[in-house]
Amino acid sequence: MTTRRRYTLWVSARRDPGTRWFLGGLVLIGVAVPVLNLAVPASSPFHVSSYGLTLIGKYLCYALLALAVDLIWGYCGILSLGHAAFFALGGYAMGMYLMREIGPRGVYGNPILPDFMVFLNWKKLPWFWYGFNHFGFALLMMLLAPGLLGLAFGWFAFRSRVTGVYLSIITQALTYALMLAFFRNDTGFGGNNGFTDFKDILGFDLRSDGVHDVLVVISAVVLGVSYLVCRKIVASRAGRVIQAIRDSETRTRFLGYRVESFKLWVFVFSTVLAGIAGALYVPQIGIINPSEFSPINSIEVVIWVAVGGRGTLYGAVAGAFLVNYAKTLFTTSFPDAWYYALGALFVLVTLLLPRGIIGLIPNRARTREADPSSSREGVGIKDGRYQPHS
Amino acid sequence: MRKFLLRIYPWVIAVLVSVGGQGLVYSLPSSDAQFLAKLGELRDATYADKEKIIEELGASGHPNVRAVLRAMLEDRLYFRNNDQNIFLVKSAAQGDSTSLDLIDPLTLKGAGSASIDNLTEIGINNHLRRVCETTLARFGLSNPDASVRLDAVKEIEKSLDETNVALLREQQAVETSSRVRKQIAIGLALAALNDQSDSKTLRAAIATLRGNLDPAVRIKLEGLLEKSPDGSYLESDAEVRADAAAAIKSIDHWRTFFSSIETLVFGLSEGSVLVLIAIGLAITFGVMGVINMAHGELMMLGAYTTYVVQVAMPLHIGSSVLVAIPAAFIVSGLTGILIERTVIRVLYGRPLETLLATFGISLILQQLVRSIFTALNRSVETPAWMSGTLQVNDALSMTYVRLYVLIFSLVVFAMLVLVLKFTRTGLEIRAVAQNRAMARAMGVRSEWVDAMTFGLGSGIAGVAGVALSQLTNVGPNLGQAYIIDSFLVVVFGGVGNIWGSLVGGMCMGIVDELLEPYSGAVLAKIIVLVALILFIQRRPQGLFPPTGRAAESQ
Amino acid sequence: MKFKSMLVASSLLVAVIAVGGVARAQDTIKVGVLHSLSGTMAISETTLKDTILMMVDEQNKKGGLLGKKLEAVVVDPASNWPLFAEKAHELLEKDKVAVVFGCWTSVSRKSVLPVFEKDDGLLFYPVQYEGEESSRNVIYTGAAPNQQAIPAVDYLMNEVGVKRWVLEGTDYVYPRTTNKILEAYLLAKGVKSSNISINYTPFGFSDWQARVAFIKKFGSEGLKTAVVSTINGDANVPFYKELANEKISAEDIPVVAFSVGEEELSGLDARPLVGHLAAWNYFESINTPANRDFINEWHAYIKNPKRTTNDPMEAHYIGFNLWVKAVQKAGTTNVDKVIAALPGLETPNLTGGIAKVLPNHHITKPVYIGEVRADGQFSVVWKTKGEVPGDAWSKYLPEDKTIVADWVTLNCGNYNTATKKCSGQNYK
Repeated sequence: MTTRRRYTLWVSARRDPGTRWFLGGLVLIGVAVPVLNLAVPASSPFHVSSYGLTLIGKYLCYALLALAVDLIWGYCGILSLGHAAFFALGGYAMGMYLMREIGPRGVYGNPILPDFMVFLNWKKLPWFWYGFNHFGFALLMMLLAPGLLGLAFGWFAFRSRVTGVYLSIITQALTYALMLAFFRNDTGFGGNNGFTDFKDILGFDLRSDGVHDVLVVISAVVLGVSYLVCRKIVASRAGRVIQAIRDSETRTRFLGYRVESFKLWVFVFSTVLAGIAGALYVPQIGIINPSEFSPINSIEVVIWVAVGGRGTLYGAVAGAFLVNYAKTLFTTSFPDAWYYALGALFVLVTLLLPRGIIGLIPNRARTREADPSSSREGVGIKDGRYQPHS
Repeated sequence: MRKFLLRIYPWVIAVLVSVGGQGLVYSLPSSDAQFLAKLGELRDATYADKEKIIEELGASGHPNVRAVLRAMLEDRLYFRNNDQNIFLVKSAAQGDSTSLDLIDPLTLKGAGSASIDNLTEIGINNHLRRVCETTLARFGLSNPDASVRLDAVKEIEKSLDETNVALLREQQAVETSSRVRKQIAIGLALAALNDQSDSKTLRAAIATLRGNLDPAVRIKLEGLLEKSPDGSYLESDAEVRADAAAAIKSIDHWRTFFSSIETLVFGLSEGSVLVLIAIGLAITFGVMGVINMAHGELMMLGAYTTYVVQVAMPLHIGSSVLVAIPAAFIVSGLTGILIERTVIRVLYGRPLETLLATFGISLILQQLVRSIFTALNRSVETPAWMSGTLQVNDALSMTYVRLYVLIFSLVVFAMLVLVLKFTRTGLEIRAVAQNRAMARAMGVRSEWVDAMTFGLGSGIAGVAGVALSQLTNVGPNLGQAYIIDSFLVVVFGGVGNIWGSLVGGMCMGIVDELLEPYSGAVLAKIIVLVALILFIQRRPQGLFPPTGRAAESQ
Repeated sequence: MKFKSMLVASSLLVAVIAVGGVARAQDTIKVGVLHSLSGTMAISETTLKDTILMMVDEQNKKGGLLGKKLEAVVVDPASNWPLFAEKAHELLEKDKVAVVFGCWTSVSRKSVLPVFEKDDGLLFYPVQYEGEESSRNVIYTGAAPNQQAIPAVDYLMNEVGVKRWVLEGTDYVYPRTTNKILEAYLLAKGVKSSNISINYTPFGFSDWQARVAFIKKFGSEGLKTAVVSTINGDANVPFYKELANEKISAEDIPVVAFSVGEEELSGLDARPLVGHLAAWNYFESINTPANRDFINEWHAYIKNPKRTTNDPMEAHYIGFNLWVKAVQKAGTTNVDKVIAALPGLETPNLTGGIAKVLPNHHITKPVYIGEVRADGQFSVVWKTKGEVPGDAWSKYLPEDKTIVADWVTLNCGNYNTATKKCSGQNYK
């Protein structure tokens, strides 16, 4: 019975038109972009330059991050305003590997120490840099670093039933604290400059278009697989519980579910996804530094999801692509207007489009399963009160 | 040539006499012509020449030397290009002034004005400033006002060379004020430690300096205990050394005591800033439950209001800050009401969406001031009555600005409590916060109260902005720098309890200042943040959780 | 039907991508401007964007370059470091600019560096920086540490008689390196390490009371003390406000700053700060015909007679003129030929001297020490005799001693004379 039920859900997810469009687009990007980059001559208007390649790679990574946020916000009601921290941690793990890959080709020619350490008179590699010269270990850390932080943070937060607004605020504090820590040169992650000037990954030259093509394809595949896994999670029995928690945490608890565990695991999974996104982002962009931790970045991610339409997964992806493409356009054409446009977007989407852009598409075409706008998400304070002398 | 000799002759005499006997110099006659001639030499003198000229002017005893030197210190000494005459000007040139009011150096009366292109400033550097100050201080010794004499003595003691020590000795003989005499005694004692004095003088000097917390004293005393490379003490008399060691011990004792008081004061001062930025939020977030991410930008508006007020009343900088307080309250308050009416009203009961919408508003407000005032920081002046330090003693001082901000935050807090407790609006605010439906049933216009509450919280943010304009940059990023801190203070203190914000803010400030010497500023901040995260996870309700009936509906 | 909609979607997508790739007609020479116009760095960088636009205008009035008009392409990297790299990509690949003037912070330069090296672009970088770098594709028109920090310390040591030093900086690479070089320099000059206090604070630090109280104490212990400030941007205003309120006057404890110029002072009440120092290669108050013309031109262009000029603007002025001369000399805007033409080129600076491009891609600059005046300008109290050549690698750091940069004979930015190997860009 259970297996059949799962199977049908799986199929229904695949039948859902949003998913089909999403996967179709992803396949298209994965195939067309490398072809247009490599096979079409640079003079042709259809040629994708390496600039275009980097852009698309970036959008794909952001889309994965948005997916991670949507999974916990749209389906579990946890609004994390610190998810960029997990993204950056994954990125830093990748960055550490890439820094070790530079080896003796650095400015000072030190085979072990990255340039910034030579420069700060460090004599030996700090312990937490050990092992990052092996890609396998680095890969593990890309998953573990954000995952473990998410586990520790979630363990404390969910166990003591920190919800709603309080959780959002302490996630902001978390990413802010991490930003300050990574800004410190003494922490050992290159301070404000972070890591840059990478040479190659697994022996392949990071400056060649071919490697970037492969990275774009990998990003697309990872995004696609992550999407399907998320879909499967939300369609599973556990997914139902998670959505029940979003709709009413107390009721779910009274029904006998261990709310904390469900929240914790979906949160940790989401942080790992964010970490993977960060790890894919760094080699394509070529720099990672502490400003990735800045609180405003995390809030922007939430906006992508809100704009696209939360609780749909593909909406988050669409939102990430759309907002970032707008940003690319605006910062070139109307730099002054960008903040106005972004600000107005926040206000208008929350006021007028509670279901995001996806909500504009007629209901028939969308999946019917999730409609977060009809639910009350984790409400922190229903009735504040004031007592001057209590 | 003859002219030159005529010019130089009296000065040669003056210098010769001044070498012979310090006391005589000030009584030498000096004619106005010589004074003017000397001033004239400043026109194309090098800095080294100017130093000599200033000293000679000081020695001349001409009654107007003080005015001239004061003008020189304040960049108010010029010569006119067409006739090469030296003039003082009434007030120093500003960036946009085109002409300056002249003052004749002899009569010290107005002498018309001249265009700035026709004037050349007689430049001065730090070294010359020091020379001017010391010269002026020597004049100050004969001032009838004891506090002027005290300052003069302190200034002279900054450079204890032979001339100055002699001056102090002279003054000691005729000084009437005990405060000044005491200060002179300290200076002379310090000078005595300099010399190869005999044991008796040294011990007397140490006795005078005992309990003096000036760092220079401690360094001097330490000098007495130094060993030469072969291991023997430089100071041979063991009694002197014992005295010095005892004096150092007592100084150290007091310094430790005062430095812990200082840390506490610094902590309270930092805490008061946190309280100030948080109490507006304690109203909007704590009482109404609205997550207002534009809170920081409302503070920024308050700071810019201060700037605009100062631009509007450039001649009354002193009172501008007082005018700015109500102005900022109104500007930010009205902006707050506008935000509430247009956006937040629609989103009640959906706190997370309010958060996103108000964040959008914060971006718009930031860009708005960027469009109006450019991205450059604006210069907000500190009024004279707010600058300076309250010097309790040599080891403990606090700047007046910080002191006023501390007092100001407490006053704002007290007024808020009074408004909430004793006014009708306050009563209605509390009523709506406790039970909206019941309040409405009793005839409270809850919509109006919502707008008022939000306006009140926003207005207080604006007032906080006035205080911040005295401490930090007035620029588009002002708000972002404080937003996380202010939310943390409110959550830490306990949402819905403004007393919690007061205690929470002060605690955060003190802990931060306590940690800073050991961990550095960044790590201190990180530790405080992590501690707060852990604290909130242990006690999500904050320091002062709602109790009794209010807690039930939580 | 499904296939059809897929087809429509894919062609839409292709079209969107293609919009980015369409090259515009090439009848102008494109000059890229890569300065943040929004975000935290906008405060400093917007002025530099305007400077380049003004220079481009001027050049066009003179008839352009090689018979073509110049066209400025302005993009906004929004003070976001990864975005700097992206926008650099865009300028070089999409707009195919001949040259880029841009960046302010070191991290933004580090971020675009791989892009310029990969796409073979040419960047003029106009801000004083920490050195320790020399790229084939960058001309550093700002000061290296030996063109700003070392002369300033010399001045304080020899002319003011400073014996104790507080090196106060924001925690990032420029202050770290500058202070490291200064510390080595001071120790070599016989200053005891107990008389040097080094401290770092975070970006935007505003609670200066404890630090300023410390400086006051450190400075009142009998030895003449000076503060060497590499405090960056937003943290400066609260720092100086605290100094002014504590009544720490320049006569007692002078503060010499490397990041505070006319523009920063315009956001501050300068009167309490009179006498504090700054070390730059240019001051607006320096009275030369070239500078007067430049200031008038600037006021006319920006339509605001009160706007100040500053050191990085002069660096852009020099950089732009050098590039024009190099293009004229090479007869083409081809980056390789322009880069080859640059070393050895000379152009007058605004203070009556000559800026010459050195083989290490730095330029010669005079060093001025100015004291803050009440009107927010500086009066020059000291200057070097003639111009100082910029060092990419510091003479005072042990690990730098064997490294030289020479793009003319060695074709290498960090050639190790001990191991005879080239690291970094042209690694072999």
